Formats: sequence, structure tokens, C-alpha cells
Amino acid sequence: MTAADRIFRGLFVLYLLVFVVYLFAPLAVMAAAAFNESRFPTVIPWQGTTLDWFSAMWADAAMWRSLWTSAIVAVLVVLVALPVGTAAALVLTTLHARARSFAYAVMVSPLLTPGVVIGISTLILWRQVGVSGGIALIVVAQTTFIICYVMLMVMARLQRFDRTQEEAALGLGASRLMVFRRILLPFLRPALLASGGLAILQSVENYNTTLFVRGFETPLTVFIATKVRTGLTPAVNALALVVIAATVIGAIAWEIARRRHVTKAPQS
Amino acid sequence: MRDLYHRFGPGLATVFLSLVLVWLAAMVLAPNLMMIDYALRPNLPPAQQGGPLDVRSLDNVLYLANEGVHRAIFFKTVWASALVAGLTLIVCYPIAFWMAQRATPGQLSIALMLVIIPFFINEVLRTLAWFILLAYRGPLNAVLLNLGVIDAPIRWQGDGGVLAGMVYAYILFMLLPIYNAIESLDKSQIEAARDLGASTVRTHRRIVIPHAKAGIATGCVFTFMLAAGSYVAPALLGSPGSRWFTEIIYNWFFEGGDWNRGAAYALTLLVLCLAVVLVTLRLFRVNLTDVAK
Amino acid sequence: MSHSVELDGIGMTFGTTRAVSDVSFTVQAGEFFSILGPSGCGKTTILRMIAGFLEPTEGRVLIGGRDMRGLGPNQRPTAMIFQSLALFPLMPVWENIAFGLEARGMGRTDRRRRADDLLRLIALEGYGDRMPGELSGGQRQRVAIARALAVEPGVLLLDEPLSALDLKLRQHMRAELRDLQKRTGVTFIYITHDQSEALAMSDRVAVMSNGLLQQTATPRALYDNPATPFVARFVGETNAIGGRISAIGDGMARVDTAMGPLHGRADRHLAIGQGATLYVRPEALVPGAGRNVLSAQVERVDFEGAFAMVHGRFANGAALAAAVPSTRLAEAPAPGSRASFSFAPEHAVVLADA
Repeated sequence: MTAADRIFRGLFVLYLLVFVVYLFAPLAVMAAAAFNESRFPTVIPWQGTTLDWFSAMWADAAMWRSLWTSAIVAVLVVLVALPVGTAAALVLTTLHARARSFAYAVMVSPLLTPGVVIGISTLILWRQVGVSGGIALIVVAQTTFIICYVMLMVMARLQRFDRTQEEAALGLGASRLMVFRRILLPFLRPALLASGGLAILQSVENYNTTLFVRGFETPLTVFIATKVRTGLTPAVNALALVVIAATVIGAIAWEIARRRHVTKAPQS
Repeated sequence: MRDLYHRFGPGLATVFLSLVLVWLAAMVLAPNLMMIDYALRPNLPPAQQGGPLDVRSLDNVLYLANEGVHRAIFFKTVWASALVAGLTLIVCYPIAFWMAQRATPGQLSIALMLVIIPFFINEVLRTLAWFILLAYRGPLNAVLLNLGVIDAPIRWQGDGGVLAGMVYAYILFMLLPIYNAIESLDKSQIEAARDLGASTVRTHRRIVIPHAKAGIATGCVFTFMLAAGSYVAPALLGSPGSRWFTEIIYNWFFEGGDWNRGAAYALTLLVLCLAVVLVTLRLFRVNLTDVAK
Repeated sequence: MSHSVELDGIGMTFGTTRAVSDVSFTVQAGEFFSILGPSGCGKTTILRMIAGFLEPTEGRVLIGGRDMRGLGPNQRPTAMIFQSLALFPLMPVWENIAFGLEARGMGRTDRRRRADDLLRLIALEGYGDRMPGELSGGQRQRVAIARALAVEPGVLLLDEPLSALDLKLRQHMRAELRDLQKRTGVTFIYITHDQSEALAMSDRVAVMSNGLLQQTATPRALYDNPATPFVARFVGETNAIGGRISAIGDGMARVDTAMGPLHGRADRHLAIGQGATLYVRPEALVPGAGRNVLSAQVERVDFEGAFAMVHGRFANGAALAAAVPSTRLAEAPAPGSRASFSFAPEHAVVLADA
């Protein structure tokens, strides 16, 4: 190893460290500020450690309302996006080459559309029929693109499906419905669970699209963003910390469950 | 279509087809068509709608072209988004290369976890974290003051803040495509280049970057699109002097009360993004199928 | 209840490729029937037309005398065993076996009991709650068979189900399949490209090539009395010696060849002067002189256990193979020598060249 190489390697290790700090410093600061007594969320100066901001957050009725709104929206989004996304994946895989690439382009187009545009166009369309912003429109606007994620994940799994299983089931006298329910659907289960999780995450965290169709509703992201402008206290940090903890724990639990499943059934 | 019915039988196939058609027609196609229609019509009080003044024209788009401030903000949004994409690329490329070619399997799984965890977290929360970090009386200024790097606190909010927050927000969208692309590069190619006496820079320029071209294009396209269409980062980290195009659109809808003009602005943004996506993909000969992964 | 299967002039065209043309044969109820041919000969297409996965573009499929046109695979009295077996990986073994019964609306306890009965039949008692992925190759094979038998099909269709097994297991499974067929009395239609498999197991065999039916006969008749040059060459080993017919009479024919005139059976229609080939099996060649003599330069002698295979070359360069039983190894010619072999005319077949 030459001296130049050694310097280069040293610089790179330094860069890696800076990168990790860049990734986590903002989150660490935000989390730590939830425990600082200071009225404005910060870590310097540290005015004393407290858990008061957590109880303030807990006592905030508006926060609970927004959490509830986000939860309802997320559940509805999953209920719509899973069936439609699965149907889209199945339709797409049975199409022939040319029709397929055209249909594919159309079906992924919502992913290439800026979120604000999806919100705006949904708002405009539904105003024509007298529906204004609210939970229903949030669900419609969010599912428009979340369906794409479901579709892509289901398609990825479908590529590994052995079609002779369907033939075998048919040959044993099963109806098409039974083949779908007993053979294909159980096979797709992991993809459906994963895309359900992703759909919830996407729905709860969405801001750009939701902002335009929310009407008088205040989902969690809108609640937080509004707080930042109208009076940020570390109570919001406390909320953020809880949300982050929930997502990270959820993600880890998910990964563990997935790995256990993989080792248990190496066949699937 | 016949295959669909053959495979699933008439009942299921009809259900699948209807679901997909409702989605595409009512949620993808119709809203966009309606938005185009809105963009072409003037903003009239309800009594005059459908009347003699209600004719389609390009007035709303031309308004954007002629209104100096809005036009400037539009172009600033375009080049700033490109800047975000460029900066994110520079930040991510060394990491992606290291992960794909140099890291041991153990290091790799830790690295993947470290980059993915922050992105499980809400974009609003991530931006909030930067808001707190960059606040005038916030930790960054405090640290820099204590270190004596600066004499007075800096007002980070504005263009700098927006840039920092956006680069942070879109790291994963850049990192993963590039990582995937470089990962498929045979290690021996790099070794061969080094063996033939190529410098590090030359190896990257001649071997690694051409190989990872598709991944780089994908990452840049996505980052650009997300940046141009972002609302959170400019709203939270920006200042009145650093307005983003999406904020102008928002104002037409909820403060200016002119949905038609807002629709025209949104349409402009959509066309811009689609054009950038399609041109870049064509330029780098990347297939749409490879992008959406 | 086992069924007969009748194919009446069926043909199948995919786009512009003709996969099967004008195939007709009848499989008797309770028969073990094989369709033998090289890959791509159309045998799998035929099986899929019988099962109902494909609708023939011409002709009819009759099962138990009933025309099957328009009936899907789930409405036919057939069950199929796939080359990949296609066990359902996410269901335990017993649910796999009882799947067809579930499709017929049988209650859960009855299904379980029936599955356990079948597990006993295939000697896998107590394996019901395992997953297919936990079984060995031979066990999976048996589960696939049990799953197909569970629906009490009139006809069982088998698409090269043994091809993934190793030789030893394959031979064992052959006997087991044959035995199972005799015990259940179900009509088996078995697809294979392995001639020894077809000959060993079947009551009758249909040989196919290029989408055309070549011959339908018992294994013995197929071997002793091939109807076409393709069958003569494809089934078993043979020496083919070309020439021209110079005399016909009494079921025999004389062929003038480069090795001189040779005599063989001529059951099929032949004409004097016609180009024809005489086929004689290696085991029909006896060292030494006789009426039909072939002499060749011996290149090597391979000892194969039950017999030694003598490989030689005729003066015109064509190859010769003669099998000498181990008990008479002393009579086998030495490599490098010139040797003569003779054969009885009734052990040779003369067929007109196509």
C-alpha cells in the first residue's frame, strides 16, 4: 500500500464518519430536545432534564384527533390499495409484451407525478361532483399512487410463481375461484403483508398530496408541520420521538418475523 | 386480456379488470384531464361559468410566463432541484461504491440498516429535525459559536437550509439505485484496471461510472422529481426570500383563490417533471421497467 | 371407475407450428399406456389435450365414450401428475393430498381421514402434517401420486414424473407405479422419453415423432416388429443395413446390400427394386458363419456385465454392434481382428425407406 493509498483510505473513513453523523445528528438532536426543559426545542443550552413534554403531548387533544385521522386514513388506504394493486399486478402479468409495456407505463405514472399534482388534480376532479377535501379525498388521492407500490411488490413476487401449481389444482377439480383463494393468494401473502406495511407507512407519512385534499381535517403530518409554524414546543419532539420509536420497533419486528419465516420455510 | 379470462375465469377476471379500470380511469386519467381543462379556463364567478367568457385559452400558462417573480421562482426551483440531485449524487456515490465493492458482508448489512432507518421516519419529522438543528438559536449555531468558527449566529434558514434538508431527505433514493448498479460490476474489472496502472479517478471515470450509468440516472431523476415537487422542506426550512414553486401553487389554491391559475402552474410542474424523467431515461437508455424498483 | 380414452384424429397448431397432426389411438380402461418419443415430439401436448389444458384444433378426445370438447380440466375425470410434481408448497402434505376432495366440498374430518388412508397406501403414514419441502424426492413423488389418486380419477395422466429422480430411485418407483396401477385398476397414460421405462411398465406403447404417431403396440411387438424406420432406430439398439429389394415371398424379403444379399422378415408392403433397410438387433448376431453373414473389422469390445458389446466397422464404413452373452465370452472376436457374424432371417426386419 502506497502512502497516497493510505491517505486516501484515511480520508474515506473520515468521510464515512461524517456521513453517519450527517444521517443521525439531526435525529439525535430532535430526540434529545424532547427531554430539555427549554421552551424552544434545542439541546444547547441544556436547561435541565424533564419528561414534562411527554405529558404535555399526551394531554394534547388536537394531537390525538390528528393521530386518529391518520389511522382511519391509513386503514382505508390499505383496504383499497391492496385489492386494486394486486388486481393490477395480475392483469399486467397476463398481458402480452407490447400491450404490457404500454400498460406498465400508464400504471407507474402516478409514481412519476409530483405528490402535489396528484393532490391538486384529485381536488379539482371531485369538486366537479360536489365532494370537497376531507378524509374521503385524502384516501382517494393517497391510494392513487400507493396502489403502484402494492402492484410493484406483488409483481415481484408473482415472477417467482410456478404456474403449474394452478394447473395441478385445476386438474384436481378446483374452480378458478378456489385456485385463486387456496393457491395464488397464500403464495402472495408475504408480498401482501409487506405492501400493506409499506402502504400504512406511506399513508401516515404523506404530506405533499394530503395537504391539498385535507379540507378541514388535520392528519398527523399536517399537525406537526402546522405546529412548527405556529408555536413549536418540545412537546412536538416528544411526539416525534414516540413516532420514530414506533416505526423503528415496527421495522425491526417486521425484519425479525420475516427472517424467521424465511428460515422456517425455505421452499417458498 | 384473453389470457386473463382464461387464467382466472370470467368472474374473477371481470373483478380484477374493473378494479384496475376504475383506478386508471377515475384516479389517474380523469383527474389529470380535469386539471388540464381547469388550467385552460379563466377563473370566473359561478354565474359566468359556461357563459361567453368561459373559453379555453393558454392565458393561465402565459400569466406564469409573464409574471416576473413567479417565473423566476419556477426557474430557481428547476435549477435548485438539479443542484439537489447533483449534491445528493456527490454525497452518495462514494458510500454506494464502498457498500457495493469494498464492504464486507457484515459491514454491508450494518450500513444498509443505518441508511434505511432514517428513511422509515416521516419526511415531515426529518425536516423538523433539520429545522431544530438549523434554528437561529439552535444547536448548530451554538456549536459553531463555542468553537469560535463564527462570531455571530448565522441565519441558516433560506436556500441553504432547504438544500441541506432536501439532500438529506432524498439520500436513499439516490443511494440504492447506484448501489444496485455498482454491485453488479465484477470486482475483477476494477482490479484489472488498477493492475493496468489506472489511477483511482481514472478507474471510476472509465469503468465504474459507465457501468453504474443507469443507476445514477435513475437516482438523479427521482431526486430531481421529488425535490421539484416537495413542499415540506421549503415550507419549514425556507425563508420568505427562498420560495419554492410548489408554495406558489399552494397559494393560488388556498390564499389567492384562483384554482384555474393554480391548475396551470401544477400542470407546468407535471410537464417539467415528466419531460425530465423521459429525456433522462432516453438519454441514458434506461428502461422504465428498471426504474420503478 | 376407470375410463377408456379415445383420440380421434386430433391435431394441434400453435400459431404456425404444427405440434400434433392427426393422431388416433384408443386406450382401454384399466390399461397402462405409455406415449414414448424424443423431446419436442408432441407427447406432452397430447397429454395436455387429454387433461383439458389445451383444446385440440382438430379432432375429438373421448373419455369413457364421452366427447370432452368444451370441458375444462376441472370438469374432466382425469388427474395429472406433473413433471415438476407441482406440490403446493404452502400446504401440509395431508392438505395437498386432500385438495381435490376439498374442491368437491368434502368436510374437513372426512378429508383428513381419506388423506390418512392414502398416506398408508403410499407407505408415508404419519407424514400428513409435514410440509412438502421437508420430504425427500421419492416421498414427494409418492405424495403427488396420492394427491392425484385421492380424487379417484378415471384416468391418471403422468408427465415424465420420474425424470428428476436418480437412477436407483427411478427403478424402484417404476415397480411401485406399475404395482399401484394394477392394484387400483386406474387407466394410466404415461409420457416418457425413456424407452426402457416405457417398455418395462406399459401394457402398450405409442411411439411419436415430429407430432406424428409412428406405431401403437405392446412393448414386445414394438421391439420385435417395428412398423417404421423411426421406431426401429429409436426403440432399442439396432444395426441398419441399406440396400434394394431383390426378392419377396412367404413373408420374407431379400435385400441386396454392400455386404451381399441379406434376408429378413417383411410383414409390411414392399416392392421389388424398392430402396429398403434391413434392421437386426445386436443380440441377434451370432459370431461365426451362417446364411446371413456380416463381416467387419472389430474396433473394440466393451464388457457390460450380462454381455459384451462388440463394436466394428463394415468395409463401407458403417458401424456394427453385436452383443455376445457373457456365458459365451470366449467366442467374442478380439479387437483389431476381422470377424463374421450371422443372424437368423426371422430375427431381422426389412422396412421400405421413407
